[in-house]
Amino acid sequence: MTDDRRVAVLGVGMHPWGKWGRNFVEYGLVAARDALRDAGIGWEDVQFVSGADTIRNGYPGFVAGATFAQALGWTGARVSSCYAACASGAAAIANARAQILAGLCDVALVVGADTTPKGFFAPVGGERRDDPDWLRFHLLGATNPTYFALYARRRMDCFGATEHDFAAVKVKNARHGLANHNARYRKEVTVDEVLASPVVADPLRLLEICATSDGGAALVLASAEFARRHGAGATVKVSAVSTVTPIFPNTVIEMPNFATDSAVSAAGAERPGFRPSIARAAYEEAGIGPDDVDLAEVYDLSSALELDWYEDIGLCQEGEAEKLLRDGATALGGRVPVNPSGGLSSFGEAIPAQAIAQVCEAVWQLRGQATGRQVEGARVAVTANQGLFGHGSSVVLSR
Amino acid sequence: MKTPVPAVEGWFTLDDRRPALLGSRCTSCGTYAFPRASFGCANPRCQGGELEEVELSRRGRVWSYTDARYQPPPPYVAADPYEPFTLAAVELAQERMVVLGQMVPGTTVDDLSIGSEVELVLGTLYEDDDHEYLVWRWRPVDGAGRDGR
Repeated sequence: MTDDRRVAVLGVGMHPWGKWGRNFVEYGLVAARDALRDAGIGWEDVQFVSGADTIRNGYPGFVAGATFAQALGWTGARVSSCYAACASGAAAIANARAQILAGLCDVALVVGADTTPKGFFAPVGGERRDDPDWLRFHLLGATNPTYFALYARRRMDCFGATEHDFAAVKVKNARHGLANHNARYRKEVTVDEVLASPVVADPLRLLEICATSDGGAALVLASAEFARRHGAGATVKVSAVSTVTPIFPNTVIEMPNFATDSAVSAAGAERPGFRPSIARAAYEEAGIGPDDVDLAEVYDLSSALELDWYEDIGLCQEGEAEKLLRDGATALGGRVPVNPSGGLSSFGEAIPAQAIAQVCEAVWQLRGQATGRQVEGARVAVTANQGLFGHGSSVVLSR
Repeated sequence: MKTPVPAVEGWFTLDDRRPALLGSRCTSCGTYAFPRASFGCANPRCQGGELEEVELSRRGRVWSYTDARYQPPPPYVAADPYEPFTLAAVELAQERMVVLGQMVPGTTVDDLSIGSEVELVLGTLYEDDDHEYLVWRWRPVDGAGRDGR
């Protein structure tokens, strides 16, 4: 992609993650105003509002773009609202970026925020016997950690991962999150403390599984031309946004499914899995490779899943993630720090805000503003995430 | 005597001794699906054949496994007091697919390993005054579990 095809990130903002118990709109507003202030523009300059939906907060959550626009005060700005499960934030970024790249607007605001229930995510209310997400809870008692644990057990069996490795990921991310004022958990933990926490879904323990959190994140995106006129020529740019879906047959069991695709028709033509295809599409669009990446924010729904991501975003070959971790390559100060923000491990998950929050962290890192957790000299960052029902999400940012 | 009924309609046979999951198979490209494909063959390269209902293989090998130490939220109907259970994702060789299911009660993660053989049985998921609601479960082929129907 040439320089002109890159969209500028003029501003980023967040409402701290926590369990605040307030209306999600409030978190979105705080984040949006933060991002506008950071961008140095007024709300009335925004031509397009792209909301990432929350499905657990009633009608206002389903029309998040309009909800935030109304809360900021109607200005006539165009609007969209979208849902893509955990990838909703990336989908909202993709919508805003497409508007800018198509020349339909110069400045767009992307906002996602959530208020979450305590404990396991349950399906949204009502008896829906044709909804696989409802049925997997009803027929199997299969929660989200069930699926994370299936992958973790696979890693242990196939690649020799140990409980100690999974705990070490948590220890690393807890340390990264210590200085991040937007993180919910800011407390150092030891491997022993992680291993002493109760097993939730064998082999995963309580401290290794992402919590559900309240939070909000926002971005102000602009065309390169607008950024120049605005006098923000050296801003961080979005080089790629990947919102890919799987390629049939998807042979890894995924939430909320009861089974994988059948690979009968694809015998002898093994295809790469879904997760590796997500960042690959982003790298291709950005014209870079994993070797160019200085830091990554990945979706550590479980500590074990972070190891899968190392391979899926190309930081190492399949089966080598444990070595990368043990060598310290993915810790701050290492070759390619992963989740310098502290990750979901330190934040918990605020679904529609999370992919946007990953981008906020990448921007702070690339600007050199990540106080207490800075990856020195970072020029290129990648984010990666996956939402249930086949939603990929990966953003490449550069300066 | 409570009447046994399936907890979900049409996903498995009610054969007491040799139950099987009911899936679909495309007559054109051979692709299976579980549960049955509702909207046509899932293979985008398939020109689209008929979908026939088929019984899936009753035996498979464990692809991965875990357990549920904490009570899942509704609509799971948990026993009181809550009894943790074990789940396995099982690879069916002929269908070249992996199917998730609970293990029969009494199976723990210590009884399982990746690649070990399991077979399909039916068991009671929950009961009300008149019915027991049946669901498919996996049972180790060596018979380590109990309470399979």
